[in-house]
Amino acid sequence: MTIASSTQQICFLVLSAGIVIGSLGVVLLENIVYSAFLLGGVFMAVAGLYLLLNASFVAAAQVLVYVGAVNVLILFAIMLVNKKEDLKPIKGLQLRRLLSGGVCAGLLALLIRVDITTTWKLPGPQAIGEQATERIGEHLFTDYLLPFELASVLLLMAMIGAIVLARRDILTNDIGTGESVKPGLIEKANTPLLIDKSSP
Amino acid sequence: MTMVTYQAKNLLAQVSAGLDLEVSFSQAMKGLGFSPQLAHILWLPLPMLLVLVAALIGVLVTVWLERKISAAAQQRIGPEYAGALGILQPMADGLKLLVKEDVIPAKADSLLFTLGPVLVLVPVILSWLIVPFGQNLLISNVGIGIFLWISLSSIQPIGLLMSGYASNNKYSLLGGLRAAAQSISYEIPLALAVLAVVMMSNSLSTVDIVDQQNNAGFLSWNIWRQPVGFLIFWICALAECERLPFDLPEAEEELVAGYQTEYAGMKFALFYLGSYINLILSALLVSVLYLGGWGFPIPVELLANWLNQSIDAPIIQIITGSLGIVMTVIKAYLLVFLAILLRWTTPRVRIDQLLDLGWKFLLPISLVNLLFTAALKLVFPTFFGG
Repeated sequence: MTIASSTQQICFLVLSAGIVIGSLGVVLLENIVYSAFLLGGVFMAVAGLYLLLNASFVAAAQVLVYVGAVNVLILFAIMLVNKKEDLKPIKGLQLRRLLSGGVCAGLLALLIRVDITTTWKLPGPQAIGEQATERIGEHLFTDYLLPFELASVLLLMAMIGAIVLARRDILTNDIGTGESVKPGLIEKANTPLLIDKSSP
Repeated sequence: MTMVTYQAKNLLAQVSAGLDLEVSFSQAMKGLGFSPQLAHILWLPLPMLLVLVAALIGVLVTVWLERKISAAAQQRIGPEYAGALGILQPMADGLKLLVKEDVIPAKADSLLFTLGPVLVLVPVILSWLIVPFGQNLLISNVGIGIFLWISLSSIQPIGLLMSGYASNNKYSLLGGLRAAAQSISYEIPLALAVLAVVMMSNSLSTVDIVDQQNNAGFLSWNIWRQPVGFLIFWICALAECERLPFDLPEAEEELVAGYQTEYAGMKFALFYLGSYINLILSALLVSVLYLGGWGFPIPVELLANWLNQSIDAPIIQIITGSLGIVMTVIKAYLLVFLAILLRWTTPRVRIDQLLDLGWKFLLPISLVNLLFTAALKLVFPTFFGG
């Protein structure tokens, strides 16, 4: 065994252990802030796996999108509403936990069965390494153009929706019932931070 | 077609290979009777250590410059007694931080409190992987080059949020939130400005970006073709480094010291190091992207021709190699000087002005710049990289 391949094996083991333990922590920890930070760690470990597969562009994109944007936004949301309050006791919590645990175990068994019964092509297709960036770009602008554009339209819709939700002053009437919204809920998005000197 | 250009590029790289220290090192090791594999393993830590030491010395120099220049800007003398012209003052600062007591507040989350500064510093140091000081004088010429830096710098806000949260102090939390908001909003115009440069050089690799700028000396530098991109990049780089006029996360008058408030000793030193290493890194990348990197203002091939020397002669290669390092460092330090002057002469912007500038001004301008570059590239392929 050469040094390169043994290094790869060690990296693979460490990363997969990190992913498994980290994601268990994300689900099982009581402290939501820890879960969010662990989620970032899991994303990083997945990026490490992509690196091992010689897909450096995908790894960098994974770090940029999932760690740099998604996870930071999750953390942001958690910290902006950082209220220390105890969760209300839920009826039949043990039963619910058992049921969801059962569903998860069933899914795991299914995946393991698929893994064992499928005949995987070994070795897989040759990794193209550094040329992957160009190849991804070519595909995005030729045969995958429609899904690419659809995804951007979806993101645009989400963005407009978020703006409408954030600026409640646009909606003075409730859309469903037609009643006027409680004035306390209406936020002025553009109130200046400094007091206007011209008005007394 | 892409395959052909790729091979042509490879061929070109082989022709203009210049100084390659790794090859000579492994040959020397082979002469001593080591196997090529062992020589490679012995080689690996050397450039990393060298770059780390260079980054730390760069920080010491920058701290000294900051003290001296700020003193000059305020008509003081500045550090004077520690060494000639106070040149040992940064060392004294570092030693003081090293022996200071490392306090962790009683109600802080000690694990996250310790991990935060590490997460801030490590991505910055990792980004030095792609900074070229010459054709082969960089740790690794990875294909994704500049994109690696963009994605690594997006990890930093997590460290800032972590330390802000773990300090259990409202000023720290506010500082951390501000830092994260700032770095998210300025990352987008930054990436778009870089994208325009990448579009012109047809490659993400920093070495290719510099190569494309060095055909006609300083006339072919990217700053002439991307003046708007250069300004956007410089403003965003200052905002990412949290330098004045964008140092809101640690605004002393409002937030004590932002996310650093509860930190002392070596943990504070990590933040301090991180911010200065980031400043030097940004300056280096501005010089790589817009000021021709290691290129001399007059092409070295031309100079060698005038002096009737072959560009491939060993002594000329050593001279051009050292000239490249000196040029990179000079350009970077000119930009560091500019950043320090800006810090001591401009007032701080308000948080709403900061976000307005990022989202309503820089983002549309950088989008227009990108579209404009693409159009120019189609119309004048010879000047804007066909």
